[in-house]
Amino acid sequence: MTYTPHTPADIRAMLEAVGANELTDLVKVPDAVALRRPLTDIPGPMPENEIASKFAALAARNTALENAMFLGAGVYRHYVPPVVAALAMRGEFLTSYTPYQAEVSQGYLQAIYEWQTYICLLTGMDLANASVYDGATALAEGAIMAVNATGRHRLLVSRAVHPNYRAVLRTYADGLDVAVDELGLLPSGATDFRELPSKLAGKQYAAVIVQSPNFFGVVDTPSKQEVQAIVAAGSAQIGVVAEALSLAVLATPRAWGCDICVGEAQSFGVAQAFGGPHLGFIACTKDHLRRIPGRLVGRTVDADGRTAYVLTLQAREQHIRREKATSNICTNQAHCALIATIYLAAMGASGLRDCALENLARAKKTRDAVCAVPGVTPVFTGATFNEFIVRLPAKAADVLAALRKRRVVGGLDVGRFYPELDDAILVAATEMTAQAEIDALADGLRAVLPALRSERFAAAG
Amino acid sequence: MQRPADVFAAPLIFEQGRPGRANAYLPHHEEGAEKYLPQALLRDELPLPDNSELDVVRHFTRLSQRTFGIDTGFYPLGSCTMKYNPRINDAMASLPGLRDLHPFVPDDLAQGALALMWELQRALCSLFGMAAFSLNPAAGAQGELAALLISKAYFRRRGESRRKTVIVPDTAHGTNPASAAMVGYKVISLQSDARGRVDPEKLRDAVDGETAVCMMTNPNTLGLFEDRIVEIAQVVHAAGGLMYYDGANANALMGNSRPGDMGFDLMHLNLHKTFSIPHGGGGAGAGPLGVAQHLIEFLPVPVVREHDGIYSLDFNVPATIGPMRSFWSNFAHMVRALAYICANGAEGLARVSQLAVLNANYVKQKIRDVLEIPYDEPCRHEFVASAQALKRETGVRALDIAKALLDRGYHAPTMYFPLLVPECLMIEPTETESKETLDGFVAALRDVIAQAHSDPAAVRAAPQQTAVGRVDETRAAREPNLRWTPRA
Repeated sequence: MTYTPHTPADIRAMLEAVGANELTDLVKVPDAVALRRPLTDIPGPMPENEIASKFAALAARNTALENAMFLGAGVYRHYVPPVVAALAMRGEFLTSYTPYQAEVSQGYLQAIYEWQTYICLLTGMDLANASVYDGATALAEGAIMAVNATGRHRLLVSRAVHPNYRAVLRTYADGLDVAVDELGLLPSGATDFRELPSKLAGKQYAAVIVQSPNFFGVVDTPSKQEVQAIVAAGSAQIGVVAEALSLAVLATPRAWGCDICVGEAQSFGVAQAFGGPHLGFIACTKDHLRRIPGRLVGRTVDADGRTAYVLTLQAREQHIRREKATSNICTNQAHCALIATIYLAAMGASGLRDCALENLARAKKTRDAVCAVPGVTPVFTGATFNEFIVRLPAKAADVLAALRKRRVVGGLDVGRFYPELDDAILVAATEMTAQAEIDALADGLRAVLPALRSERFAAAG
Repeated sequence: MQRPADVFAAPLIFEQGRPGRANAYLPHHEEGAEKYLPQALLRDELPLPDNSELDVVRHFTRLSQRTFGIDTGFYPLGSCTMKYNPRINDAMASLPGLRDLHPFVPDDLAQGALALMWELQRALCSLFGMAAFSLNPAAGAQGELAALLISKAYFRRRGESRRKTVIVPDTAHGTNPASAAMVGYKVISLQSDARGRVDPEKLRDAVDGETAVCMMTNPNTLGLFEDRIVEIAQVVHAAGGLMYYDGANANALMGNSRPGDMGFDLMHLNLHKTFSIPHGGGGAGAGPLGVAQHLIEFLPVPVVREHDGIYSLDFNVPATIGPMRSFWSNFAHMVRALAYICANGAEGLARVSQLAVLNANYVKQKIRDVLEIPYDEPCRHEFVASAQALKRETGVRALDIAKALLDRGYHAPTMYFPLLVPECLMIEPTETESKETLDGFVAALRDVIAQAHSDPAAVRAAPQQTAVGRVDETRAAREPNLRWTPRA
């Protein structure tokens, strides 16, 4: 099935109109680059029913969904009211292009303006863009804003920022010859700012980057004095929010001193989808208006004075400014932003707050259940939202493998990113975490730990 | 002409609703977050509107009705490949086993997802003649950035960090210069020749020991096949540079010619164009990156591997440029792309490209007596026309034609790009449109041009039938209003 409507008669008539004999005449290329062999490794053609069977079989091989699930770390399992997909999948939205033709795109433009507003209201920032790829690229783009604002080519990032985000930041920084230094951790699991005065003394940092809640789930914001020191050193304060739902209850990034707030809003109705597409956002103070990358929707009027929405300040963008643009970005995650806007509209302040509270409640339940297992202890003392790390009396990778045999994905092996914490797991619980799952995790740990612990002690002895 | 009152205009969602008009999607909590967290860490208020579900449904349904999509009408948008988006693709991406999979699940619990990515990578390698494909980049522009980062790493490895210039023909794609700037490269713009193509002789003068990459698209943005591509690649390679293929126009090529065989070392694809993924109002896209054998070791991580039928994510690529984004790929789009490939098969994809080219040539043929075609020869999947003569005669510009087409129920073509054609209209019909649709569009376009001669003021006043008229962009930029603000 090629989704082409041409009948043989159409093709004959059209070929005649253009003065060609065969379709192949139209696509002739020099012999040296002409394809001569049939292509291999390309599945199909298949009728739709076969496609459906094939993909159902692939989906069935993702056996993760049959497990009790405690993974978070930047992607969260949340409830999405069916009304969200019912609206977002409307063909007008789904199959539209970037709304450059404002007159026939007022609906989508208004939805993106509403998205920008939602992000401002949630973060407390002055303005937000139409979205970027995801949390990690939002951080990279936010850091570039700070580099451009200060002319400085060095960044200071907390080690408690999501390791994937820091890795992407390094990828981008490498392209721009920007250096990245790190700040360590306190016993609370929050960033250790004690080195801040000495690090900032040289006034060489474009930005100080902190995530809250951080990778370990700990609420991690600098104090007023620390923010003052950052301001005094002429650095931007970039706040990262990898679990946007936390904004429903936690103090806004603006309130704790951010100039630029970046993050991931997958939690607002966007599917986990094995990593994407997700939904990055960038918000900032109005001082950064001309530096924010990506699309912006503005409210204006039409020729007759009616309210109208339009993509604006395009002079910042790649297709106008070319190599002087603020970024090369030319898509946004429009459809994901639309999903999030519908989700937020449906949930409302009340629903979002209830959702956040349900996360707090179930995460506490999970933490209590897990910490009641002999040998399991909290690693950090700081306040958490919907995930936390615990220390096990054995190697985390071994424990997680043993739990998997009991159909429990018990969280993330923290040692994968922090070798010194190879006995710790990062556990997330949301409103979707069932009591049966919590029991399966706690019972599982009780069952598997004794054997693994003794082996470890034996090895150590 | 008086526009009728717009009874379907929607107030902002923030101007609707009442506090407490909550939808009970989740259990209600009487107590606040202070039960769990210190008060000092909490926000004071959450100033979002509470709307009933019915009001939310009406609001977004109205917004959708004020949005033009492929499902609404014909979209002849050059270089954007606005083809039909088959619904089976979305249905497959919505299968819970694919949609609800967490990216950090252990490989053995995600074998279906990894097998799918592997199969897609192999199909793309075969279709485009590359040694390997990474599905990591989130969109075309990011695939391009990843490619340039690879070139930078490659030259660093060879001790040739002096190579810092990128050659971009004026027929290349728009994002190229901005991506080059993000890796610290300097852009040299190369003028195309009288045939609208890159002249290998002129290119020879432009390359030197500092040339890093030549960025091209083929067919180029004029819709013309670069028939001297082999010589062009030889010139760049002889100077020690790399050839980069921008896959924006890949819809013209499938099953017919492959960038790998043309001498390209690196390429990206806009999966959302060629492989029928809905554009969704401007994203998410997907920009897989293909490389030749000598660049495999620099690919972004992770890479999907297969060994004895077992699939895994490999993060240990020796000289990797690192990851480009938070997680592995825009996976839901990989599902859609593979479903589309499965539907077509190799022969079907070749047919897709042939019919895309037929449709473009057909439209060009039907309008060439009323609009200038600056490079008037058989085109590929798209072509450019110029309204320069029309503007001279009537004052009607390309922009006016585009707006008048909106009034007739068609989306506008791409305008003013590529920059080398004045008053440019770039038209790409795609293969999914029928002869009747094309005939209807041609009639509408001819009608606009006839009106330009008879009543140019009417064309300049278009559109009149749309939700709003021409928008005051100057005011939008001078007095930026980028958000709703609560009344104090």
